[in-house]
Parts: sequence; C-alpha cells; structure tokens
Amino acid sequence: MAEYKMRLTGEQQAILDGAQGETMAKVMKTVVMFGDIFGAKRLVPVTHKSGHLVTSFGIGLLKPLYKTMDELIDAGIKVQGDFTVDPRPIDYKNVKCSPLEKLLFNKLLYSRQNDYEQQLQKVGIKNKNGFTCACYLPEVGNTPKEGNILSWAESSAVVFANSVLGARCNRNSGMLDLFGSVLGLVPEFGLLTDEGRKASWRVTLKTTRKPTAQVLGSAIGMRVMEAVPYVFGLDEYLGTELNDETMAYLKDFGAATASNGAVGLYHINNLTPEAKRLGEELIRPDAKEYIIDDAELERVMQSYPVMWKNPAAKPGMCFIGCPHASFGQLKEWTENIESGLRDTGRKAVSITTIFTTAPDVAEAFRQSEYYPRLMATGAKLTSICPLMYTNNPLTKKHNIATNSNKLRTYSASRFYEDADLLGIIVGKGERK
Amino acid sequence: MKTFQGRALTGGAWKGEAIVSRQGVNTLATFQKSALMKAKEVVAADQNNPDLYGKVITGKALCLPQTIGSTTGGLVIQTGCYMKAHPAVFLFSEHIDSLAASGIVLARVWENSDVIAVDQLGQDFLDAVKTGDTVEVQDDGTVTIG
Repeated sequence: MAEYKMRLTGEQQAILDGAQGETMAKVMKTVVMFGDIFGAKRLVPVTHKSGHLVTSFGIGLLKPLYKTMDELIDAGIKVQGDFTVDPRPIDYKNVKCSPLEKLLFNKLLYSRQNDYEQQLQKVGIKNKNGFTCACYLPEVGNTPKEGNILSWAESSAVVFANSVLGARCNRNSGMLDLFGSVLGLVPEFGLLTDEGRKASWRVTLKTTRKPTAQVLGSAIGMRVMEAVPYVFGLDEYLGTELNDETMAYLKDFGAATASNGAVGLYHINNLTPEAKRLGEELIRPDAKEYIIDDAELERVMQSYPVMWKNPAAKPGMCFIGCPHASFGQLKEWTENIESGLRDTGRKAVSITTIFTTAPDVAEAFRQSEYYPRLMATGAKLTSICPLMYTNNPLTKKHNIATNSNKLRTYSASRFYEDADLLGIIVGKGERK
Repeated sequence: MKTFQGRALTGGAWKGEAIVSRQGVNTLATFQKSALMKAKEVVAADQNNPDLYGKVITGKALCLPQTIGSTTGGLVIQTGCYMKAHPAVFLFSEHIDSLAASGIVLARVWENSDVIAVDQLGQDFLDAVKTGDTVEVQDDGTVTIG
C-alpha cells in the first residue's frame, strides 16, 4: 500500500491493510485513492454525523451499486451516524401514471426500488421520511452548522450547505458520500480548505430587477463551471440577512449553479456567512470578471433548447419543487395560484400541476391551512424526484413545464420563469 | 503529429478514435438515456452539449475539460464501466473534477475496470484534438494526436 501519497494514522493504515476486513479495506482504498488525486495530505473527521446520499432510486441497471451495498451489509458495515437520501422516484397516488408508464417504472426503470430501500435501512438511513434532496430544510433537520465537515453528495445540497450554512463539503459523488460516512473520515482538499473556498470569479449584478434565481444560477454555473464565484449586487435584492425567503431563493439559485455548471460553493456579498465575515478577502487577486445584466440573462434564457416534439405545443403538465420546495414556497404558490384563478375566473388549474417537497415538509404543510387551499385548486403535492419521473421516455408526450433549471437540464422539460408558469397553470389567456 | 504530456491517473496504453467536448461534460445527462435503455453503446444524450449530442462515446477517447452536473456522476461512470459501455479513455485538459475522479476510482477498486484516465493535458490539447482524430495514449500520460 506504499504507493499512496496521503499520510495516514496507524489506525487508518491498519484499515487499509485489512484489519477490519477486506470490504472496509476497499472502502478505505477508494477514499484514499480519491484523496490522492487531489493532493489531500490527510483524512479529517466528519464532524456532522448525518450524511446525505445522492442515490435514492432503485434503477435495475445500477448493479454495481447493489453489489457494493450487499458487500457492505454482509460485512456488517453501517454509517457512523445516520443519513438522508435523495427523493424516491415514484408516487402513483399523487403523480398519476398510465398503465404503460407504471409497467415501465415497475419492471424496467425502478425494479430494484424496494430492495434498495431495504439496503439503505441496513446501512443507516435516518427514517422513512429521509428521502429529499433538500435535507437541510428545518422540518427535515439534517442541517449542519458553520464549519462542520460533511460527507454529502447531491449537488444542490452540497452547494447549499457550503454556501448558505458555511459547512465544508466537497462535491462528492454517489458511493463516496456513503464511504465517508462509514469511515467518519474524508480527504482534506478543495472546499474543505480555506484556500479552496476562495473565489476565482468576481460576478457583478447589473440588472434592473431581482433576477430569477434559477436563471441567475444557470448563467453563473455555465460561465464559472466548478469555480467559486463571489457575487456582488444580489444583496440589493435579497437583503443582508438570511431568512426563509432568501434561503429558498439561494436554494434554487445554487441548484442551478451546480447543475448547469459544477459550482460547489458561492459567496454572496453581505449575505452568506463567509462573505459577511471575510468580505473581499475571499476573492483571489487573479479572479476573472463576469458582469450580468438584463441582456445577459435574456441571452442565457434564449440558449435553452426546447426538447418538446412540437415546441409550439401547450404544456400538459408542470413540476414545481426541484430542488424540493420549502414550506414558504408552497405557501406562496398556493396564494399565487388562488389569486391567478380568481383573475382568470377558473376554479381549478388548467394543467396537471405537481408540487414536490420533502416528506417532513409535506407533513407539516398538510397540517396547515394552506394544504386544503392548494388541493382545492386541483394541484397535487408529492415527495418524488421529478427528474426520476421524467427519466421515463413516455413522459415526453406530456410536454412538461417547470421553473427548475436542474430539471430542464436533465429532462425534456421546458423552463419557464415563475410568472409565466403561473399564467400557464391558471389558464391565463385561455377560454374557459 | 502533436504530443501532450498529462498526469496518468489510471495508466494504460491505448490507441483509438477521439470524441471531443469543448465544454464540461454532464455525465448524468450524457449517459442516462442509454443507461436506462440498457444500450450496449452510450449515445450522448445531453441536449446542452452540441459537441457530443447524438454521438457514440463507448470505446472512444473522450476528450474534455472536466465533467459537470449531478453528483451521481461518479456512480454513472462506475456503472458505465461495469456495463463495458464506457469511453475507453478519459482525457481531461484540466485537473480532473471530483465526480469523474470518484467514477474512475470506483471503477478501478470495485469493478477491476481497465478504464484509462489522464488529466492536466492543457487547453492546447483540447484546442488541437478533433472528433474522429486518432489518439495514442501511453502509460505515463503521454498523448499523441494523429
């Protein structure tokens, strides 16, 4: 094992050498090899013991995943704390599917879902509600503190934890997220280090109105790729204090930076914790410049390809909540749809409208006065991953609309800004 | 003939056809359609990547700056290697990103895959190589075009 460059403690070396069995040795070998690629000098303890895994879906094809999980389970290996995981792929009660779609989901796409969920239980999932991409929402409670070191994956969760919560986590991939939680150790490099958290892009906002979070994030992600951007001017629209509303905005903004690019951390001047504490000290002297005005956002929006068979067709279905919606976002959409329906004189939404949120948020929302109001509009509430739903090629015929740039990126869904999507939902401009 | 020196991450000698993406490759978006269809060859399905969209990447030298997108990326590469539908070689012009690195390591450790990866070949490499070129990769990370 002398070929590894990383400095290991005696205990870590013993694991690598097989003291805790062959499977643990492979887990350690994977983490060490991974760290070596990035020049990590050591492994550091994971200080937030609740992990988050990206792989939540039992796609039959992911045989290496199930094989590895079985190997861990057979060796009696579990995570050191617990973990949440991305959303489940299907919910026939709230997201109606044709018999053909069900056949495709059950027999072809997600044929291993039940087996895989049992595997997740055996290695330490938090509970039955632990299926969400937005595990950091207060109702879910997997919310790290500033400075905590994490072993998480899910690009939108990692970028939120790093940027908004000030935790420290690299953009881990599926399996590496689990292995870090098993070992309680992750390699120290990149976003775990002070140097790796410095910005190499200075982004200046010169728009005439508050930008749509998902478009601004998309523009920045496409430009800076995996670099760290420091954004000026957004505090003029969001203020300087993190509250439910700004955190929801930053959740959506970050998801777009991470899926349209590969951003794992951003700083917002005067708003996010490290930017408030360190300010422009966080910007590298050789940082590149990116100025974003109304025309640039319009250019980015126009660059999105429309993947519908007939781009002029009317949307038939829409998903809102990718990443999973916060309680506040559900409340706001409820009010907006009610108001929009009053304007158009309709009693119910004009297309299949599906909101996705964390199971714990859904439970809280169902207890609130807003749930019956949202249901009265004909909208549906679920906790699936819309991306996993749209993996089904049959869903193409639904002409899916969304306000999520992440969903747009990974599916044939078409992106609309909130106001336009609301107009579609409430049938604005249509005859009753 | 042009020769470039990179860092051999998982070494091996190989000669074959290049397929080039000038932009970051979104692994999930690129692989997911073929993977779900259990296709023997991966036809790149990322609508946002005109360099690769609709082209076969299996068995070729995928030349790219880095990978981007979902953190399932590493597992997707591992699965591609398990299915033997992966690019034979990954040639990164920049430092390999964490998702691709995960995939390469997972494939090596858990699948005994022979996937080859070289990074830090430089922007000149990515500017020089074109889809359809023949590239030759050496154990030490030397890559020759043409």
